Amino acid sequence: MNIIVTLLLFAGLFFFTGGAVGILRFPDFYSRLHPAGKLDTLGSLLAITALALFNLHHFSIGTLLTSIKIILILVFVFLASPTATHAIVDAGVRAGLAPWVKGEERR
Amino acid sequence: MDRQNQENLGTNRSPTNNEERSSTQSLQGRRLFFYPFLITFIIMFGLWLVLSGHFDAFHMSLGLISCAIVSYLSSDLLFPSPRIRGLFSQWVRFVRYVPWLMVEIIKANLHVTYLVFHPRMMELIDPRIIKFRSKLKSDLALVTFANSITLTPGTITVYVSIDGDFKVHAIDKASGDPLPGEMEARMPGHSVRSNG
Repeated sequence: MNIIVTLLLFAGLFFFTGGAVGILRFPDFYSRLHPAGKLDTLGSLLAITALALFNLHHFSIGTLLTSIKIILILVFVFLASPTATHAIVDAGVRAGLAPWVKGEERR
Repeated sequence: MDRQNQENLGTNRSPTNNEERSSTQSLQGRRLFFYPFLITFIIMFGLWLVLSGHFDAFHMSLGLISCAIVSYLSSDLLFPSPRIRGLFSQWVRFVRYVPWLMVEIIKANLHVTYLVFHPRMMELIDPRIIKFRSKLKSDLALVTFANSITLTPGTITVYVSIDGDFKVHAIDKASGDPLPGEMEARMPGHSVRSNG
């Protein structure tokens, strides 16, 4: 059990790191949102699943309820994260920012 | 004389027809109101049980009363069109859609992570904006589709119109090509469109 939880946590950490590195490396506003909005979602999926599993270590009604609440957080993250990403992209489009195309300088 | 009689008959008949229609409509409406209420109530009460964690009579009855009030007032928010036919098959489609979406998310996440850590990333990526027109009609299906596009990495929904015009920002050619394609075909609301 501990091994699975540790593996899941490290995988989540890997995707979070990928998200942070991606924000720094990608060339412009729109492409930076790709790792920011989505590698974080998968990272939180893995990390939160790990926490919910670890919480079930001593199985009882109380810990089961807590695990379900942790999974509920995940559901809301999955609803809110794409919506927030879309709102940020929409703000960029309304402000008139042209997307980066291949061959340009990075911004 | 005959014609007048016919007209009289005609005018006489139409109100009864209308009455019959309205009475069946109200009956249908009452029945159609009941199932959304019941489903909303079950969801609400499940959430109450999970979030409260107290299983004694006082808290349970409080939950029953408040869930009944909330689902009476707002069951039409969760089910805007009270059509029960097709609802079950839609749920089955949704349940089958989620695991597929999970697999797609993980595959595509690995692709973006590969791009992020690649030393010559600037040569690999080729951002572009894709425009296409979706065949989905219902609001809920469009929203789910747009959210799914944003969740699968490599693509972000930039703009959706109510008619189903999509603008999608894709990070490279490979992640933008499969759209709309299979994801649209698997959307839970897809079956509703053909019914009207």
